Amino acid sequence: MPVSDVLLSVRDLHAGFATDDGHVAAVDGVSFDVHRGEVFSIVGESGSGKSVTAMTILGLIPTVEVSAGEIVWRGRDLLAVGEEERRKVRGGEIAMVFQDPLTALNPVHTVGRQIGEMARIHEGLNRKDAMVRAVEMLDLVGIPEPAQRARMYPHEFSGGMRQRAMIAMAIACKPDLLIADEPTTALDVTVQAQVLDVLIGIKDEIDSAIILITHDLGVVAGLADRVMVMYAGRQVEMGTVEEIFYESRHPYTLGLLASLPRLDDVGDEPLVPIKGSPPSLIHVPSGCAFHPRCRFAQIPGLCDSARPELRLVSGDAHLASCHYAETLEDVSIETLRSSADPDELLDTVSDP
Amino acid sequence: MSMTDVPAETTLDASAARPLRVDVWRRFKRNRLAMLGLVMIVLLVLVAVFADVIAPYGIAERSSSFREGPSSEHWFGTDTIGLDVFSRIVYGSRVSLKIGIAATSIALVLGLLLGAVAGFFGGIVDTLIMRLTDVFLSIPYIVLAVAIAAFFGKSENSVILVLGLTGWLGICRIVRASFLSLKQLEYVEAARALGFPRARIMFGHMLPNALQPIIVYGTIAVGSVVLSEAALSFLGVGPQYPTPAWGLMVADGKSSLSNAPHMLFFPSGAILLTVLSFVFVGDGLRDALDPKLK
Repeated sequence: MPVSDVLLSVRDLHAGFATDDGHVAAVDGVSFDVHRGEVFSIVGESGSGKSVTAMTILGLIPTVEVSAGEIVWRGRDLLAVGEEERRKVRGGEIAMVFQDPLTALNPVHTVGRQIGEMARIHEGLNRKDAMVRAVEMLDLVGIPEPAQRARMYPHEFSGGMRQRAMIAMAIACKPDLLIADEPTTALDVTVQAQVLDVLIGIKDEIDSAIILITHDLGVVAGLADRVMVMYAGRQVEMGTVEEIFYESRHPYTLGLLASLPRLDDVGDEPLVPIKGSPPSLIHVPSGCAFHPRCRFAQIPGLCDSARPELRLVSGDAHLASCHYAETLEDVSIETLRSSADPDELLDTVSDP
Repeated sequence: MSMTDVPAETTLDASAARPLRVDVWRRFKRNRLAMLGLVMIVLLVLVAVFADVIAPYGIAERSSSFREGPSSEHWFGTDTIGLDVFSRIVYGSRVSLKIGIAATSIALVLGLLLGAVAGFFGGIVDTLIMRLTDVFLSIPYIVLAVAIAAFFGKSENSVILVLGLTGWLGICRIVRASFLSLKQLEYVEAARALGFPRARIMFGHMLPNALQPIIVYGTIAVGSVVLSEAALSFLGVGPQYPTPAWGLMVADGKSSLSNAPHMLFFPSGAILLTVLSFVFVGDGLRDALDPKLK
């Protein structure tokens, strides 16, 4: 892990929404650092708070209430600065690549104009220089005949090309941090790989860091340097890719890994699901939020009474929030998958 | 997307990047009524521009014949005080077009601005602007016209002010509704995420996407402003003699309906054709701009 300078430091972030049914704790005490040049991946199910975390960094959700925490970007707390300063950070220093390239480009402007607009806003380029920059950027993301393509409208682009155009737009001002929120979910599998290659290639080209938000563990394994796993708005585990995939110390992470089919499966291995479904963020279970679905939960006991702290479990930066993280040292995905009856492991679990 | 009339090898050419305008014009051309309206509007504009050349007499140039029907000397006849009706209708096209375009422009600027602001910001701003439109909706424009005419005098400018101030309500509501839905779209969020200033998002990115219904509404609005102007002139709160307002001529003509029907017929006809033309073009644009309505 490159222990270079810290670009972004999120400290004990609490963010949520007020709804008619109560307060939704979408992000509940999340802390992490992103270092220059690394790919930091946030993984979790839908509703685990990974997108809200990213959007809160940029200040993009007007209805979100940040009740505590700090988001320190190069020494400045972004939660404390004014809207105009945040706007300048957005796009210029931290840029975002959106999920769905089919809807994230404005249909009435040419692609080149939209990419160039970034440079006009953040660097004050004139129309002509901005177009030159746009063509450069389209070339950088591997779009053939960039000069002609720049004059075309989004509807004349294919899905993969539009996502490349979105990336081109995000990197137009050479940001130090790119936030990619599930950048490939709207694309088909072959195009996904190409777009991810472009994204990683760009990172090296412009020397920026990437926060990659995804629920695709395959993508994470291939691209990320460090991984943060989220569940119910909380961090459950954080570490290098190797630590998360091979030495996982949290039952949720283990469960996720065990639920995936593998290339070396011969065909009759059952996939092991995580039983149940994610909790409502209005009524988060007591203690560890994962305990109602956990195979290893001690109930009644610590798991349903005390909220586990995120603590160092191995190495120098492998953190997990499980009371019994140490006992999981010998549990591998294989043992989980080979355990005769998944229900047997779950028989201590009572419904919340 | 229709690329049927573009050969495959030129798809990368920049000329292929203008399919919308081309498509719209192609669909518009197919609509006969709309084309008829467009031709009449072009004629009307030409008449207004070249009124000096076309009109055989001045607007206050009296002749010795009164209330006489059409003749080779006075194509549309003369009125009670001996003015040439044809010349006055020709010059009147300037009045109608000026009022129609100026009042619609005021309405468009007010409606677009307030509607965009209301839809974009929402909350208390939205509530305030919407209540303001409610207030304006509850004032009959004729009452407002009389009040403004009493205050600023009866002139073309008063009529423009009245019709501009009452015409923006519909536009405001349309723009607000469009903005409310556009605000949810991902490219608007993407523009915010990439640090675009608010004004640029509103007017550079959202407004062009909200223009389609406004183009249609604005075109029809010019026609309805011409009609309202005629109504105000007819009631005597519009421009005064010797301004050749068509509504004024209709008002003059109604008293002579039994012995000189041409005095009523020709200016009414001019109003009718003008309003119809704008409505036809507006309808044509609506169909042409919406590819789903074929």
